[in-house]
Parts: sequence; C-alpha cells; structure tokens
Amino acid sequence: MLRVFRNRPKFATVKVNKEQPKKGLPDNLWKRCDQCASMIYNKELAKTLNVCSECGYHFRISAKERLGLMVDEGSFEPFVPLVSKNPLNFPGYEAKIEKAREETGLDDAIIIGTAKINGFSTVIGIIDFSFMGGSMGSVVGEQLTRGFEYAIEHQLPVVTFSGGGGGARMHEGIFSLMQMAKTSQARGKHHRAGLLYISVLTHPTMGGIYASFASLGDIIIAEPGALIGFAGPRIVEETTRQKLPTGFQTAEFALENGMLDLIVNRSEMKDYIGRLLTYHARDEVV
Amino acid sequence: MSSSFEWEKPLIELEERIKELKDFIVEQNIDFSAELGELERKADELRKSIYERLTPWQRVLMARHPKRPTTLDYIKMLFDDFIELKGDRTYRDDKAIVGGIGIFNGEPVTVVGHQKGRDTKENIARNFGLPHPEGYRKALRLMKQAEKFGRPIITLIDVVGAYPGIEAEQRGQGLVIAECIEQMSFLRVPILCVITGEGGSGGALAIGVGDRVLMLEHAWYSVISPEMCANILWKDSSRASESASLLKLTPTDLMKFKMIDDVVTEPLGGAHRDHEVTAAQLRASMKRHLAILKKIPIEQLVEQRLERYRQIGHFQEKIITETLSNINNFNDIDSELDCEVDEANE
Repeated sequence: MLRVFRNRPKFATVKVNKEQPKKGLPDNLWKRCDQCASMIYNKELAKTLNVCSECGYHFRISAKERLGLMVDEGSFEPFVPLVSKNPLNFPGYEAKIEKAREETGLDDAIIIGTAKINGFSTVIGIIDFSFMGGSMGSVVGEQLTRGFEYAIEHQLPVVTFSGGGGGARMHEGIFSLMQMAKTSQARGKHHRAGLLYISVLTHPTMGGIYASFASLGDIIIAEPGALIGFAGPRIVEETTRQKLPTGFQTAEFALENGMLDLIVNRSEMKDYIGRLLTYHARDEVV
Repeated sequence: MSSSFEWEKPLIELEERIKELKDFIVEQNIDFSAELGELERKADELRKSIYERLTPWQRVLMARHPKRPTTLDYIKMLFDDFIELKGDRTYRDDKAIVGGIGIFNGEPVTVVGHQKGRDTKENIARNFGLPHPEGYRKALRLMKQAEKFGRPIITLIDVVGAYPGIEAEQRGQGLVIAECIEQMSFLRVPILCVITGEGGSGGALAIGVGDRVLMLEHAWYSVISPEMCANILWKDSSRASESASLLKLTPTDLMKFKMIDDVVTEPLGGAHRDHEVTAAQLRASMKRHLAILKKIPIEQLVEQRLERYRQIGHFQEKIITETLSNINNFNDIDSELDCEVDEANE
C-alpha cells in the first residue's frame, strides 16, 4: 500500500501549451543583450545609442543610424547611387541583392557621401552588415574609391566605419578580390596627397575589408568588443584545433597586440573624431 | 597522396602497357614497331581527350599536385644565379615565403614567392606555404629593396589563402596584407606576377599587384578557395567541385575578364610531368613581358598599373535600374492580383 505513494513525485507536473506565445515580453519592446543576457527596454537602448547599460556591449547598428550619430544634422550629401551587376553569372546573386535591397532599403552594403562632422567637411563611408554581411563587391569598392578620389580633389579627410565587413563577396569572385587592390590604391593616393584618413573598425571588421582600405588609416579606432581580424574565428579554430585565447580577435585583443590606436565608446565617437579633425585641420575655420 | 588522379587512370594504364611493350622489344629483339605506334597514337588521343576537357575542380587539383614545381624549383630553372635573402628584420624568417636576388636573362631581378614543401616534414617547416605576417613583411622589405636599386620584381604566387592561425591573427596579418597591396601598387620598378599554382584570396594578392600578371595553364585564382566557398554556400566543403565551376577561377575565365595578361601552356598532363618544359614556356613569356615593361617610362608604368586596377568592377548607376525596379513593381502588382484571384476561387 505504501509503495503506491513512494513513487509519487513531490511536485505536480503542469502541461505547457507550446502554441501559446510567452506573455509579458513582446519582441519589439525588449532586447536581450548578447553579452550579459540582461533584458533591456528598447526605449532605454535608444537613449544609450544601442549600448547595453549593464555591461557596455555595443549592439550592431545600421549604417543609417550610424550616420545619424556621426554627422552634423542635414549635412550629408550622398554620392550617385550604384548597383551591382553579376559579373560571374553567379546563380541566385541578383535575387540575393534584390532581397537585401528590399530588406535594408540600401543599394548595396555602403552609405557614402560628404558630410560635416563638428563643422568639418569630410567624406564619410559606412558599411552596413545587414546588406549581405557588409561584404565588398564591385559597388562597395567603387564607392570607396570615388570617396577617396573626391577627397583628394577637394582636399578633404576621409572617415570610414567598416563595421560589418563580412569581407569578400564571393559571388563576384576575382572582381571582389580586386576591390582590395582598388580601394587600397585609392587610399594610397589620398595618403600621398598628405590627407587624413580615420578608419573606425566596428563589429565585425573581417576579411578583405580588414586586409585593405580599413587597415590603411592614419588613425585606426575601434568600438569596444568589435570583432577584428582576417580569417574568421570559426575557421581558425577548425584549422588549428586549438582553443582560442580569451577575447581572441576582439578590439581589446587587437589593441593589446598593437594593431589599433585606440578604442572609443559609441557615445564619445563623434567627439573623438571631431577633435582629431580639429588637430589636422588645414585652412578651414571651426 | 597518390601522384596520379582518378581521371588519369586509363591513360596511366596505357602508358604502362607501352612501357612494358618497349621493354619486351628490347629484351626479345622483335620488331613490334607497328603495334607500338598504334598504342602511342591511342595514348596521345587519350591524353588530349582527358586534359583538354578538365573541369575547373580538376584544374584546382592539378594546381595542388604534390610533384608540381614549387617556387624554389622555378627559381633554380629560371635564373642563372640566385642568392636567397631572409628575414623581416623584425620578428623572424618565415619559410613560407622565399625571396632574394636572381639573374634573369643576364640581369639582376628581385624574386619573391610562396614556398610549399615537397614532403610532410618540409611542409611543416614551411607551414604548407601559408605565410605569417613576417613572411609578407619580408616580401615587402625585399620589394622595397628592389625599388631602391632599380631591379624589376618577379613574384611567384602559390598559396591556397591566408593562414587561419592564432599567431597570424595576433600579429595582424590583415594589416600587413593591406600594407603589401598598397606599397606594391606604387613601387617605381616593373613588377611581373606569375600565378604558378594556387592564387587564393588575400594571401595571393599580397604579392600579386603588378604590371603584368601571368598564369600557368593549370593554376587557379579567386577570392576564396572552392572548399571555403562550398562551406559558406552549402555548409559542405565536399561540394568544392561545384563551387569551383561557379567561381570562374580558371585562366581562360580570367583572360576573358582581363584579370591576367598571358596563359603559360603546360606540358600535356600538367607541369609536374615535365618541370623543364614548363619552366622554358614560362621563361619565354616572362622575357617577352619584361622586355615590354622595361621600355615604358617609370612614371607612366606606375600610372598604368594604378589605372589597371582602377577599372576593375561591374556595376551601374542606379538610374538604369530604377526602370527595372518599376518593372518589378508591376510584377508585384500582378502577383498580388493573382493572390486575390486565388482567394476568390477559394
């Protein structure tokens, strides 16, 4: 008789109806921090410029949001928009581009033009991760090249945010690879003209973008926690079969190893860049 | 790794039969020349039918053949003298890149190239020809030295891609590759690049910016290796044979795209079958192109080099596609109508 009770669990099981959505946390109101997992109210996140107030984690932001944070209001003048073709006839490439264009409202993975930062005229280029991983194909390469050329012609500094450098756009094969040469050379001419280039590496700056123009800044800045490197961490781990060091390929790791000038918080970025522009100013009066 | 490929098997068998027959003729002293001639004619036909229809993936495998000439093999065959110069003067000597001064066609030139190993032991020492940052830095040091002394630069490229290693990342291979690309572009000496085997991504381009780019017949050149491409596309690197076709990485494709200037013919069956003949073909092409480059005034040469890369890219101004997207919008309206019709039918 007692045996009957012995196997009885001390708790009651409640069946969960899986169909029913979780109450209380609608997707559009809260966001979970990728780093510390704390829940942040979206309105709070907007105030902190998409930085977690608990741990300082910098959420990825779109190129448009970045532009809004960086340039003086109403000063941005975009370059002539370009769209990609399909040089290798890579199956599905056009559809992918079309989808990315619809989803992001961008023509390709870059926003570029002239703008004022704290009153200084600059060429500003911002890569957007949400457009095919922020990879560099013919359009990104050409726009950056035009950016440096425009800057040479008008004796301007260049500021780029290479966040979202997914690296190469393999659908463009060799054409994508050659954008590394093209952009590096454009920067090379800009450098030889004695002009300032501030390269800001945001999360993630990898592959062909890191191994070309983004590495050729007079000053290289990163956002905290940004992934920076050439080969992706997963590939490094698979190839070497070694445990990766803590913080491998983060901005802090790059700074420690001497690959960066400084790490700057998002909230202070405009101030820092503004000051750097001041110290390199030529004839322009603030 | 076996030194012959699956698709070569029938040919290898036939070649063995010919060899046996020849031995037999010598031993027995009987005249089988008619039969021998017939077999050799068959072998020739087979060779042509096999090697003239190689798929892109088969070419990639040819480029990786363990007996294919390496940079040091080419250096021995192409130059009358060669003095190897080592080290990046900062960290260490990277054996995955070799360089030095060679005598080509009676004149000193600077040579740098990726160096794969012949066997496992050498491959470990040379890290399978995958350079660390100090390797690229050595290459750059030697190229700048060439500029100082007005020597033409010859680069021999054979690398599957950049090295995905912890230390290579720690020491900033991205930065140094960028620096190589940028500096090479402005060097005031003629630069002749030869893709001898594999031309994989940034690792290849780091010593691949030049006035002329030559490519061996069974070499490949792209932004990514077929395996990595297949891994990204289908999460399955065993489908590399498919991605190899998509990447358009053969010399024929690259000539069409105007990415390279000359294809150096290899002996039928690949460079590994006859190193000397391959080197002779390459030497002839190098001689021809270097002679042209040396006649161009240096200002003009650098300008042309920059212009060559400036022109690369396939894009169009958006205005043209505005009409396209309008057409797409019409399609959207059509499909919306279809939906409504479907709903009405239901």
